[in-house]
Amino acid sequence: MSPTKSLNPVPIKERMKVPRQHMLEQPPLLRAANFKEVNLGYPEELARREAQRCLECAKPVCINDCPVGVNVKEFVQLIVAGDFMAAAAKIREDNVLPAITGRVCPQEDHCEGGCLLGKKVQPLGIGYLERFVADYEQQHMDRSTIRRAEPSGKRVAIVGSGPSGLTAAGDLVQKGHEVHVFEALHELGGVLVYGIPEFRLPKQIIREQIDYMRAMGVHFETNVVIGKTVTINELMEEEGFDAIFIGTGAGLPVFMGIPGEHLNGVYSANEFLTRINLMHAYEYPNFDEPMLDFRGKNVAVIGGGNTALDAIRSALRLGAGKAYVLYRRSEAEMPARKEEVKHAKEEGIEFRVLTNPIEFLSDGKGWLSGVRCMQMELGEPDASGRRRPVPIEGSEFEIPLSVAVIAIGTSANPLIQSTTPGLATNKRNYIEADPTTQRTSRKGVFAGGDIVTGSATVILAMGAGRRAAKSIHEYLTSGGW
Amino acid sequence: MFKILQAEFIAPGIKRFVIQAPRIARKQKPGQFVILRVYEEGERIPITIEKSDPARGTVNIVVQSVGKTTHLLNSLESGESIRDVVGPLGKASEIEKFGTVVVMGGGVGTAMAYPTAAALKGAGNCVISIVGARSKELVILEREMREVSDELLITTDDGTYAEKGFVTDRLRRVIDSGTKIDLVLAVGPIPMMRAVADLTRGHKIRTIVSLNPIMIDGTGMCGGCRVLIDGKSEFACVDGPEFDAHRINFDVLVQRNAMYRAAEQKSFEDFQRERESLLAKVHAEQEAECALQGAGK
Repeated sequence: MSPTKSLNPVPIKERMKVPRQHMLEQPPLLRAANFKEVNLGYPEELARREAQRCLECAKPVCINDCPVGVNVKEFVQLIVAGDFMAAAAKIREDNVLPAITGRVCPQEDHCEGGCLLGKKVQPLGIGYLERFVADYEQQHMDRSTIRRAEPSGKRVAIVGSGPSGLTAAGDLVQKGHEVHVFEALHELGGVLVYGIPEFRLPKQIIREQIDYMRAMGVHFETNVVIGKTVTINELMEEEGFDAIFIGTGAGLPVFMGIPGEHLNGVYSANEFLTRINLMHAYEYPNFDEPMLDFRGKNVAVIGGGNTALDAIRSALRLGAGKAYVLYRRSEAEMPARKEEVKHAKEEGIEFRVLTNPIEFLSDGKGWLSGVRCMQMELGEPDASGRRRPVPIEGSEFEIPLSVAVIAIGTSANPLIQSTTPGLATNKRNYIEADPTTQRTSRKGVFAGGDIVTGSATVILAMGAGRRAAKSIHEYLTSGGW
Repeated sequence: MFKILQAEFIAPGIKRFVIQAPRIARKQKPGQFVILRVYEEGERIPITIEKSDPARGTVNIVVQSVGKTTHLLNSLESGESIRDVVGPLGKASEIEKFGTVVVMGGGVGTAMAYPTAAALKGAGNCVISIVGARSKELVILEREMREVSDELLITTDDGTYAEKGFVTDRLRRVIDSGTKIDLVLAVGPIPMMRAVADLTRGHKIRTIVSLNPIMIDGTGMCGGCRVLIDGKSEFACVDGPEFDAHRINFDVLVQRNAMYRAAEQKSFEDFQRERESLLAKVHAEQEAECALQGAGK
């Protein structure tokens, strides 16, 4: 259903006067000592009040700016109307993971970024509303009512259970295709599980979204490394899959190539976060995976993205005495979500911007004791359009550290490329895929997400999964390539 | 869940498991390994594959009780199951006709050296195997190694069986006897592999060792298993586990392997105290998972 006429009781002119409704959150000092979710969600009343702020634009920019094209205007209208389940169904037409995107999307870069309200006051809290609706649905839905599509007789393999794979799986199963998702790790969710910490995206939320997909008919198999356990060719030739979507994510951690990187106490962000999130090291000794004991000691993360902030906020929760973000550009260039930067600062994380590490220092026994840095200044814009950081001569200084986490990005994991003849890759060894159809150079094989673009965001990967699903469906129904 | 079809101690503290894992069995090649997780709260550890049987869909692993996870694993019996097993991981051993190859297995490392020795023999090499253990009862796979070797030499540290001494002493004598060696493959504890590397370096004999650093995912994602090769970081899980022994920085390997020693010790002490209740928990998890699978999930 979609209301033809606005049910919003607040006159248009009054809507700008209603302030953006704050989402309840754990107080900073409390949350900095636990791994529970920071944001606590909207109660119904706040959700409806926030929804009433929507200006119901004739040509909503928010929908265009969403990588999966969620019909923001209509779902918000349904919240105003009080029909939260219908609002959830409306989101699900375009987004099979609403409880996840409602929590981790950089809304300021997408739906909320173009919101007309934002030109004058604060933009509509679209992410908050999405999260509210998704959580409401989770609490009130009856999974047995999920309808399964008429079987098409076609089989699709999805490689990787991260955001792009889950999105493609959800869209394809709704078209009646038999969908099998293969995951290398023991737990489903990809980066959502190993990368994003509990305090930002609780595991239970991911499990519920995956259970929903199971109820839709998606098959999941863990502990299968495509390229090792089974190859793309074998999936097509021996296991009878008609099409394959590769959504394996970014892969290998990039190190800095500076002295001392092998010292004990220097981690890649992938390892640091995988230990904590996937392996539950923060629950040691109830879980077996250990973490170095750095309670009361100094920890720094190097980098300014969401991964960097996830790592350092995790370190703080594990008892780090001082927790630093070392970033070589200025805060304006920081790629992390604005809300994460704000939350991190409130929690007491110290941001040292225009700071570039040049050497990890040893205690003489193989353990990290500190980092030597250069102070930087911003020069001319570089290839990324951001001003290039330039070292200031003679500005070297040292910070004593017990743990350093390197979060400066990732490079392509070659496991699939190297075992799939004829699969074209670019210079950096990412898989080449058409940006609209997500087709690769191999017939019937599609790819999307970080393994095509390099490190990006959950929602951009989901957008790729969505485009791939559409074009896989076209391929399976037309047979044309 | 991965069903254990057989489980037997082949030496004190060393157990062989035959695990149902058809996908892994089909693909496994000598030199590769699996990563397993015993139960839901467990860590992921890399374990060598001894051999596999593609027709039966089984994989054999040989596990030595060292810390909590391996002790727990070695408490499992036939008919039980392991929560997660993934593989085969790592690059396969380079198998070609080198000429004369010395394959060395130290302790439980013999289980990993065995499939490569068999493949090297199959490729037409003259295989001289040197198997070493602390004492007689810890010598494993003697019959199997004999079958795939032109010559099998055994040493025990304490002299309770065969020759007294280390495998490196025996290798030195093979070298000194004038045998032309084209390749040495050594798998065992780090000090043994390091000693082999030091010995063969002077004689300019190409030497391959198989490393087993701390690992988590095993697919190259975490970088925890990085080793310094010629001063550059490589990942044992995807670039290895076999490396040219003369290019490895063993100091860094030893240092990084000691990173969690305190936690490992605590875990093991806790385990010894709470062994029975932990086993009961693992069994309960196995049963719950069986019930889920029975319900068609």
